[in-house]
Amino acid sequence: MAREHIVKSYDEELQLLNNSIIEMGGLTEAQVNSAIQALTNRDSDLAYRIIDDDDRIDALNYEIDNQAMRMLALRQPMALDLRKVVAALKISADLERIADYATNMARRTIPLSETPPVRPVFVIPRMGKLVMSMMKNVIDAYIEEDADKAEEVWHADAEVDEMYVGFFREMLTYMMEDPRHISTCTHVLFIAKNLERMGDHVTNICETIYFLIHGDRMRLHRTRKTRSDRLLSDIETEE
Amino acid sequence: MNIQSMEPPAAGKDRPVAAPSLEKNLSGELMDNEQMPAKMSAKGLDVFYNGKQALFAVDLEIPERSVTALIGPSGCGKSTFLRCLNRMNDTIDGCSVVGEVAIDGQNIYDRDLDVVELRARIGMVFQKPNPFPKSIYENVAYGPRIHGLSSDKQELDEIVHKSLERAGLLKEVKDRLDEPGTGLSGGQQQRLCIARAIAVSPEVILMDEPCSALDPIATAHIEELIDELSENFTIVIVTHNMQQAARVSHRTAFFHLGNLVELGDTADIFTSPQDERTQGYITGRYG
Repeated sequence: MAREHIVKSYDEELQLLNNSIIEMGGLTEAQVNSAIQALTNRDSDLAYRIIDDDDRIDALNYEIDNQAMRMLALRQPMALDLRKVVAALKISADLERIADYATNMARRTIPLSETPPVRPVFVIPRMGKLVMSMMKNVIDAYIEEDADKAEEVWHADAEVDEMYVGFFREMLTYMMEDPRHISTCTHVLFIAKNLERMGDHVTNICETIYFLIHGDRMRLHRTRKTRSDRLLSDIETEE
Repeated sequence: MNIQSMEPPAAGKDRPVAAPSLEKNLSGELMDNEQMPAKMSAKGLDVFYNGKQALFAVDLEIPERSVTALIGPSGCGKSTFLRCLNRMNDTIDGCSVVGEVAIDGQNIYDRDLDVVELRARIGMVFQKPNPFPKSIYENVAYGPRIHGLSSDKQELDEIVHKSLERAGLLKEVKDRLDEPGTGLSGGQQQRLCIARAIAVSPEVILMDEPCSALDPIATAHIEELIDELSENFTIVIVTHNMQQAARVSHRTAFFHLGNLVELGDTADIFTSPQDERTQGYITGRYG
């Protein structure tokens, strides 16, 4: 995208920062994938592993913060370089949050593996698959510096939101039919919410990538957000 | 706003690109400065040194009571442009200027224009502090005296004190106004030169790398001074220090090979320059 710096070590530092983001992206993607696996296969061992592995992502996030801070102080980056450093800070924060949601999913998977499954839980892998593909594509968009791809991923989040709203409605009905399901369903509902929030953080990353490349804000109509909010509030008033 | 690509526009390669201003500026101050009318303007300005062209059709407006920074690699024409603004190039043999430079709409290259009076309206501060080998007082009093700005000693004293105060130097020198200006530290000498420049109440102050010979603390004093002075004066500063341009200016103009490549709000130029050459220069990738 741009020529090399006169000072070579500057390029090396930027490359290092870039590599750290890609590494963190890969690890986070794997955590989300495992969290969905653990839930689907009712695998508590895997869930415990996910919880343990979160430390690695936190450590990487801390390292990226340090790298970026050091570059801001020592290099005083400008223009594209400045956007790269700021983007690294923002993306790593979003990735860290996504990984936290994966850990939350794993935590809830442990009690869920010990209770009989509830029927609507089968929606979760579908939602998970969608979030996984968003994750994969957003990391690709970052690596390929592809703003169009980032925009596409951003749009894909609407489906996740809609799926969540539908799922929420279904779960409410299910819990009303048989209150004995409430405990299990609440866990599942929170898991769905975690996935939905992951999608939101992916859209943040999309916007950051867009800014990184174009130096300008992504200008899109966020009607879908208000729409899903409306759907949810409709449900709440119905009850 | 349209999505701007990072690529330089294919057509009009050597024409300046106006950076799009953000819908919401970072501070209200920037918005105010945007609305400032042009104090000076250059139109189609060409400059030749012994027939060799140093500036190519530069169009540039300098808003009133704001700081405009001129940046670019050595030999890009930024100092040449600065010197056109108060006809300092007249003193250089073999230098010819084509085009128009106007202050308040009046062409300063008009034949009947009084150059001495012009330079009183447009002051200048140079790279190396150059106080006269006279007392601190005399350094500041010299301009007002030759331009007849004071009727008596008391009035002149007042101008000297006020100028030193505005230059942020009065506190440090008020008890030794009779001592030679050359005895001051580098930073103080530069502020003395600024006091000397503002003593004749100019409208525009041109600064040619005013901090390049100063340490960071002295530089910070000058930058603070530039910020304060911009409330009343129109300032144009040439600097090699990009961080300085970013810190002190409201508008930044990037020159390259005698062309004005890009002009825009400083915040835009340093976060999202529109031209590949500007980007290359400010990020340290310039060939």
